[in-house]
Amino acid sequence: MPGPKQLVQREELMSPGHRACAGCLPMTTMRQVLLSAGKDTVAGCATGCVEVVTSIYPFTAWRNPFIHSAFENSAATISGVEAAYRSLKRQGKIDKDINFIAFGGDGGTYDIGLQALSGAMERGHNMLYICYDNEAYMNTGIQRSSGTPKGTATSTTPVGKVRPGKKEFPKALTEIMIAHNIPFVAQATPGYPKDLSDKVEKALAIDGPAFMNILSPCTRGWRYPMEESMEIARLAVDTCFWPIYEVEHGKVRVTRKPKEKLPVSEWLKKQGRFRHLFKEENKHIIDEIQEQVDRNWEWLLKREELAQS
Amino acid sequence: MSEKTWKEIPIGGVIEDAGNAVTYETGSWRTYRPIWFADRCIQCLRCWIACPDSAIVTEDGKVTGVDYEHCKGCGICSFECPVDPKAIEMKLETDVEE
Amino acid sequence: MARRLTLTGNDAGAEAMRQIDPDVVAAFPITPQTELMHKFAEHVADGDVKAEFVLVESEHSAMSATVGAAAAGARAMTATSANGLALMWEIVYIAASYRLPIVMPVINRALSGPINIHCDHSDTMGCRDSGWIQLYSEGAQEVYDNLLQAVRIAEDPDVLLPVMVTFDGFIISHTAEVLDALEDAEARKWVGEYLPKYSLLNTEDPVTFGPLDLQDYYFEHKRQQVEGMRAAPDVIRRVGREYGELTGRPYDLLERYRTDDADLVIIALGSTCGTAKTVVDWMRDEGKKVGLLKIRAFRPFQEKEVAESLKGAQAIGVLDRSISFGAPGGPVHKEIRAALYGADCDTPIVNYIYGLGGRDISTDHIRTVFEELEKLPGSPTPEDNIRFIGLRE
Repeated sequence: MPGPKQLVQREELMSPGHRACAGCLPMTTMRQVLLSAGKDTVAGCATGCVEVVTSIYPFTAWRNPFIHSAFENSAATISGVEAAYRSLKRQGKIDKDINFIAFGGDGGTYDIGLQALSGAMERGHNMLYICYDNEAYMNTGIQRSSGTPKGTATSTTPVGKVRPGKKEFPKALTEIMIAHNIPFVAQATPGYPKDLSDKVEKALAIDGPAFMNILSPCTRGWRYPMEESMEIARLAVDTCFWPIYEVEHGKVRVTRKPKEKLPVSEWLKKQGRFRHLFKEENKHIIDEIQEQVDRNWEWLLKREELAQS
Repeated sequence: MSEKTWKEIPIGGVIEDAGNAVTYETGSWRTYRPIWFADRCIQCLRCWIACPDSAIVTEDGKVTGVDYEHCKGCGICSFECPVDPKAIEMKLETDVEE
Repeated sequence: MARRLTLTGNDAGAEAMRQIDPDVVAAFPITPQTELMHKFAEHVADGDVKAEFVLVESEHSAMSATVGAAAAGARAMTATSANGLALMWEIVYIAASYRLPIVMPVINRALSGPINIHCDHSDTMGCRDSGWIQLYSEGAQEVYDNLLQAVRIAEDPDVLLPVMVTFDGFIISHTAEVLDALEDAEARKWVGEYLPKYSLLNTEDPVTFGPLDLQDYYFEHKRQQVEGMRAAPDVIRRVGREYGELTGRPYDLLERYRTDDADLVIIALGSTCGTAKTVVDWMRDEGKKVGLLKIRAFRPFQEKEVAESLKGAQAIGVLDRSISFGAPGGPVHKEIRAALYGADCDTPIVNYIYGLGGRDISTDHIRTVFEELEKLPGSPTPEDNIRFIGLRE
């Protein structure tokens, strides 16, 4: 169960010199995942921030094998790589153990890549899909995705005279993946590195498909000071907006329960994208978000209880 | 890097030199420079695990400084530092350069 | 020793795939490709093949998984038709630009809409600029032969481009023909071992596939693709010659059927060439100097050879099984016109659009074309040079 003290002894697989914005937590997610997975890992990534900043020709920040193909097919592409591996292994042409990880942002996962993800998971490939969820299409300029929280100001859901940001609640992607009955599904965040690392190791050790949804704050899109990235990530967990939990063979385990569950407004108020919600006429939206957070949290705890009984 | 002709580069857009982004310097993006104080550091590695740019330098598992060729000066390392006074302080580049 | 078999085009494709025995095959059903994959699935179920058979949830994922497998150093195949090809379009281009030697049977079918499951060439003609080599097949024998050759062409180190082997939906795919196939050992030896240039599975020497390629290098990579395509004709010819030595059935990029002294030449692709050959034979018996230029490789297109083949013609009819809306005629017609530009040729050329959505083309139709062409020698290309065959006017 690796924490930073163990991980620091491993090979750094994400080289510096990539072109991510200063304070980009999705890149911290990448580092933590790769440190946990090790060098015998083939990674793929959907079109998006991470793909762009890590592989601007003729440079690549990936020290392990990496493939990008398109926006919606990260899961399908890696499923093909994994199929090739299984075939060549069966033929005795390769014998080492290799991990397969497909990455995608929330746009590439919740939206355009959902079908390919669903297919790859259903087919049972021995691969891990990781959504680095920064809650909007950041690469193209902060447009809303179906993973964007209700009330968020984005480029396509701007706050105007009659509209207070995004109208809809986000899709419960992690729950959709649980419904695929795959052996391992988890939520994590780089704000809690050991928890993230443990889950990656577990996901890769399990035979069969695994899915992780990793909340990865974006300083530019969420509009908070860049040095606070890790704090913002932790607050999402401590307000129970983003519970970190795992579902292993159907059994729910909440891997961190805040000692004191903070109001969701503590998380919202630190981010410019929610600033308008604190105006009197929009405060009901915060109440609605809080209600949903509470409902989801209670339901999660109940499912954990059921798993233990 | 000098720009090569189509006859001189691998086909298919493949990059053969894994991790060669390390030769691309992003340190000039920095406005604030993290200054690490060895005597204050408790080696908790919070700065190292949080850095988006793999720019906290370690040797034998211990922090030994900052990679200024790549550090973009985001300040996450300093923010995360749990000791008081902080083992990493952010200083304006223009002040440090003088 | 050849094995004489009676197979539909789809079964001939599946038989070639069984012998090629790729490492990975991705499949998603679409009419009229379905039976090819059914047959291959039977081979998988019986353990006749080593392929990892990936039954994906869409053609987009079929091509994506095939690209992933090929980038992992596997010999990878998929097959599709029409709307399936259109759905994988984005990745069709990516397969070519990553220089992955994928071989894909495409069973030609009209591209909607309204939806139609029958043959025309609107699907593969649409992606003629995608960077894939395109071999069109006249019948089940050629489906089999082209697929076996396609592997060698695609994987040639000077080429490294994906190859589409196309054949007409239902007309070829669902019609049984007698054909000769190689013994398994011969076929295996013919396709040989695949030695990939790069493999994602090589974690000791890792590479990055598919970087963001901007203004400074994208153009250079496109130029390299041009070079691969330029190397292809010699390779296609050499492979076709060697295949001829092995089987007695040599192949070239074009087939000149009784064109040497022909006054009237029609140009066609695919199954229509069989129909046209019959008409050419009949009319030759009647003393008419007619011939057929069959285009097997539409990509790479051999403009000099085409011009050379048409040098003696007094009138030319170009048969197109697809429309290029708003353009001067169908895609084959445009290529022929371009090939003849500067070739010191003022031969009248008429474009015949035919067979859309599976509309039948008969020997009578082909005869009518020749009869129309007969009126043209000595005159310029007529004003109504884009004509439709078998259409109710």
